[in-house]
Amino acid sequence: MTTLIWLLPLPPLLSFFAILLFTNKRKALSHGIAVGAAGLSWLGSMIIFMRALGVEEFGKHVFGSSINWLPTGSTWLKIGVQIDPLSAAVVFFVAWTVLAIFVYSIGYNNFGQPKGEHDVAGLPPHGATVTEHGHKHTVPSIEPMYSRFFAFISLFAFGMYTLVVSDNLLTLFVGWEIMGLCSYLLIGFWFGKPSARDAAVKAFMTTRIGDVFMLLGIAFVYSFTGSLSFSEIFKPEMLQALASTPAFFGLSAAGIIGLLLFIGTVGKSAQWPLHVWLPDAMEGPTPVSAMIHAATMVSAGVYMVIRMFPLISAGWTEGMPLNTTMSIIAFIGAFTALFAATIAVAQNDIKRVLAYSTISQLGFMIAALGIGAYVAATFHLVTHAFFKALLFLGSGSVIHGMEHGALHTGDHVDLQDMFNMGGLRKKMPITFWTFLIGGFALSGFPVLTAGFWSKDEIFAEAFGNGHLVVFVVLAVAAFLTAFYTMRQITLTFFGEPRTKAAEYASETPWTMTVPLIVLAVFAVGYGWVGIPEHFPGLGGLIPNWFHEFVGGTLTELPKAVEFSWVPLITSLCVALGGLFFGWLVYRKVKSPKQDFLQIPVLKNKWYFDEIYNFVFVKPASWIAEKFTSLYMDQTVIDGLLHSVARFSLFLGHAFRNYFDKPVINEFLGDGTGNVVKASGSGLRKIQAGRIQYYMVASVAVLVIFALLYYFLIGGM
Amino acid sequence: MQFPFLSVIVFIPMVTALVLLLMKPEQKKAIRITALTAAMLALALSIWVYFAYDKAAAGYQFIEKYNWMPMLGISLHFGVDGLSVPLVLLTGIVMVTGVMISWGIDDRPREFFAFLFILASGVFGVFTSLDLFMLFFFYEIAVFPMFLLIVIWGWIKTREYAAMKLTLYLFIGSLISLIGALAMYWTSGLHTFNMLDLEHAAFSLSFQKIWFPFVFLGFAILGGIFPFHNWSPDGHVAAPTAVSMFHAGVLMKLGAFAALRVGIMLLPEGAKFWSPLIMGLALVNIVYGAFIASVQTDFKYVIGFSSVSHMGLVMMGFATLKPEGLIGAGVQMFSHGVMTALFFAAVGMVYDRAHTRDIPKLGGMIKPLPLVGIGVIIGSLVSMGMPGFSGFVAEFPIFIGIWKTQWVVAVIAAISIVVTASYVLLVVRRVFFGKMPEEFEEHIKPINTLDKIALVFLMALMIGIGLFPALIVPWVQSGVQHVLTLLGGA
Repeated sequence: MTTLIWLLPLPPLLSFFAILLFTNKRKALSHGIAVGAAGLSWLGSMIIFMRALGVEEFGKHVFGSSINWLPTGSTWLKIGVQIDPLSAAVVFFVAWTVLAIFVYSIGYNNFGQPKGEHDVAGLPPHGATVTEHGHKHTVPSIEPMYSRFFAFISLFAFGMYTLVVSDNLLTLFVGWEIMGLCSYLLIGFWFGKPSARDAAVKAFMTTRIGDVFMLLGIAFVYSFTGSLSFSEIFKPEMLQALASTPAFFGLSAAGIIGLLLFIGTVGKSAQWPLHVWLPDAMEGPTPVSAMIHAATMVSAGVYMVIRMFPLISAGWTEGMPLNTTMSIIAFIGAFTALFAATIAVAQNDIKRVLAYSTISQLGFMIAALGIGAYVAATFHLVTHAFFKALLFLGSGSVIHGMEHGALHTGDHVDLQDMFNMGGLRKKMPITFWTFLIGGFALSGFPVLTAGFWSKDEIFAEAFGNGHLVVFVVLAVAAFLTAFYTMRQITLTFFGEPRTKAAEYASETPWTMTVPLIVLAVFAVGYGWVGIPEHFPGLGGLIPNWFHEFVGGTLTELPKAVEFSWVPLITSLCVALGGLFFGWLVYRKVKSPKQDFLQIPVLKNKWYFDEIYNFVFVKPASWIAEKFTSLYMDQTVIDGLLHSVARFSLFLGHAFRNYFDKPVINEFLGDGTGNVVKASGSGLRKIQAGRIQYYMVASVAVLVIFALLYYFLIGGM
Repeated sequence: MQFPFLSVIVFIPMVTALVLLLMKPEQKKAIRITALTAAMLALALSIWVYFAYDKAAAGYQFIEKYNWMPMLGISLHFGVDGLSVPLVLLTGIVMVTGVMISWGIDDRPREFFAFLFILASGVFGVFTSLDLFMLFFFYEIAVFPMFLLIVIWGWIKTREYAAMKLTLYLFIGSLISLIGALAMYWTSGLHTFNMLDLEHAAFSLSFQKIWFPFVFLGFAILGGIFPFHNWSPDGHVAAPTAVSMFHAGVLMKLGAFAALRVGIMLLPEGAKFWSPLIMGLALVNIVYGAFIASVQTDFKYVIGFSSVSHMGLVMMGFATLKPEGLIGAGVQMFSHGVMTALFFAAVGMVYDRAHTRDIPKLGGMIKPLPLVGIGVIIGSLVSMGMPGFSGFVAEFPIFIGIWKTQWVVAVIAAISIVVTASYVLLVVRRVFFGKMPEEFEEHIKPINTLDKIALVFLMALMIGIGLFPALIVPWVQSGVQHVLTLLGGA
């Protein structure tokens, strides 16, 4: 069993190398290898998952094994793999979404289409002209870097599988960083577009800031516990020690570590204030967006913080007031959920709306975890992965259909602007119905969709445990979610086509629609595994498997919150109300001018990009360019050097003119003097004098420092 | 008697240099082949020594001792421990790859390789000497050919200035150390330069406090410590490619290594006393170097200042005086050596073809030079400490060591990780991607097979260590154990 877990991440890695090294030229073989590898990992995941289901009290009998990897001091840093209920639940959705995205990518990258005449590597395909029945027309053309795309997403999948099966923070971090790298490569996949290049750098750098804090957190964990494996860190006595040791800022060691690691999640899962990269990441091809938003990257961030929950909540038990770290997490999550939702209502780009909805939904999960709702956070993570993958692939399908229409009619409009769409439900029925299911799941449409059950559980936990502020904020966010989702569906699929491209849009090939259907099944069905026991009517018909299973990861099974009508009714009202208003307001809207929500501050994302540019980017480049390089290195250090050099030249002249020439030459004659003069000017040419004196000056400064240190600090 | 591996390794390059100088200057091909053969031989022997080193037994091994001036207590005394044996291997690696990528040097290759080999001899000598006097002797041997190599084959614009600057810094540095060393010699009362004996000389606390800064800082200048770092980027830029590889790859390690061996190991109490100050200086190196690197427009200066930043991590690891920090520093010396060797090789290959190193003027080089691009990308990943590459294996323990000593320093040093990522990505993007300027179209010729072998070899090392740290860490660890014993089990 453990061998299988070790092998789980490998097929995508091998696929990455195989494609890059051998099959780069052969497109069919490349996608065959990539999909085959994803399929193998999928199969392995399913076998592991089924086995895990068969184990009684799986949380106490996890699968795992580890080996020595990095020797440090007296111990070895071990790396290993482990599947426990939490990772089993995560690996389940990762396997399905990854496979769906891989298959979808075949169609998305126009496999089987001719090569475009003007297509170049690094830019999206422009379309090819073909002659059929005697007249010419333009059809979509195949992606020029087709094979490379599959290589990169394979590596991405490898990173995620590695992260999920890790039994320690180290390999988790390895997978984490590999994904960071892949996001850079894939967001910047069309590197010919400056916007894509900038987005790639922005994504990498923003998440990297989080990563650095996470690394410090890992360093802290290691220097405290001497280990990085979860089972060691989560031992009750270790947690006890971590929680009771004060560190700094009035927090315990556990609190500080929790915060540092959480900052990693803030970066990776695009929480405020490090959320700015995710919307720009839309510059990548759509399957990549689905990868980032659902299957891998952002889910990884939430997974990590859920994984570290025992540490974050060390010393806290259910019913107690939250500790500082948890309060911060709950605040960031709830704030992000609402904040991102307000931006989403004013976006016109179909993918950007989804991007902000991702940020907002991740906020739900983070907030849930912050208030201690471990199972609810995990549940929402899983259902969200399914419906968000579905929505992104659906939006890709819409854009693809639009592109078909645009090429056919030569109508060059912004294909991602929802105001250029309309009426697509008739042209693209499968995409429409699956998108509708995904959208309803996102909105939390009652009873039928998975999103309802997971969101409802978060509401119930927040209300039941008395976190009323979080409850209200999330409720408002949920209302906005339903509202903007319906706005999106209405603008895209209902009404009449508003452009020619939309009028001639056509349904996409089966490689794209089949993954949509599969994901739609989960977007509905996955909710049924987690119905609360006391839910009126339905509760108890199906046992609340998810709670028992995932909750078993913790030492103590978390109590299911008692049923209350308040959160349920709230949940129903915000979901149905939001959907209804979204439809009501936007069914007649034809252009952005009629849209009353095009408010500049929302449209411009609360100006965060501008603020960051002013507060961080500019000062950082000032420090680099002006302070260190110009002032310190060139002005202070070189200035010292130059003034010393000038002084020495002056001294040299003085010696030469007032001592050497009149005094020495008088006695020693011109012969020696000439030699001195020649070597002197030679030396001056290569500016040696400056260096010597600079050295002397530096030594002098350092000696003074050293003496000060020796007598002042050393003496104490 | 055992085969004298170490003295053979040390003297192969020296003898080869003499042989080369006896050959006819026109026989360029024969000269190159001789040089490559000798370098390969040295590498093969150093690989043998590396793997034959008994990590379990630890301590100094392959010891050879020949009396030289017994009345002064000087002897030719070689031996390696777990810290120096990877550096011997590193020197072999840089030597072979340096010769490979210098294949095309057409201006007096005979002298070029001869000087390069004398330099290599000196470097091998420092890493393996157990005699303090001989260590200085080899140190000077390593520094002196640098001057000629830079002045004759260097970049015409700055070579004289840089060569002079470098030589003066290094000589003054060694002079400062030498004063400290002589103080040790006279005070110990043992009348020996044998470092194994000096380790047990039990210098008084006040002696150690006074003399440690001399010895440590004198050598640390060669390691590029702030504020004596300025010679290093200038030197890198002015030097021809193979010399830059040597310079950043091994010469800077020479300084750090000697600072450890002579400074920390012989004067451990002094090290404990001064370690906060060294940490402070190293911290400046790390952050300051990274910031300056990020605004350079000359490709080679970027790498030069990044070396200043990365060598700061080595010094920082030493200054923690903790097992994690020391192990990380030991690995970082090797990892950074391989990484910069690769970087400078790559810069050289781009420069030879484009005749400019100005980053804004370059672009799209990945197409004509794919392997160079991949090499630089992998080097970048190493330099930003990506897990799975050797840089992480080095930096992660260093950060743990710093965190254990003083968490504030770790937080400040972590800034450099972000800055490093930003500038290496920028360089990769500007030089290898984007649009290629028109004047380069059709003018960029592919690299030759030897270049490719050298690049692949260096890349394989960085990935190999990244995936299997057990290939190097146990060696370093056995050496660190000894250092810790000297420090009193701290």
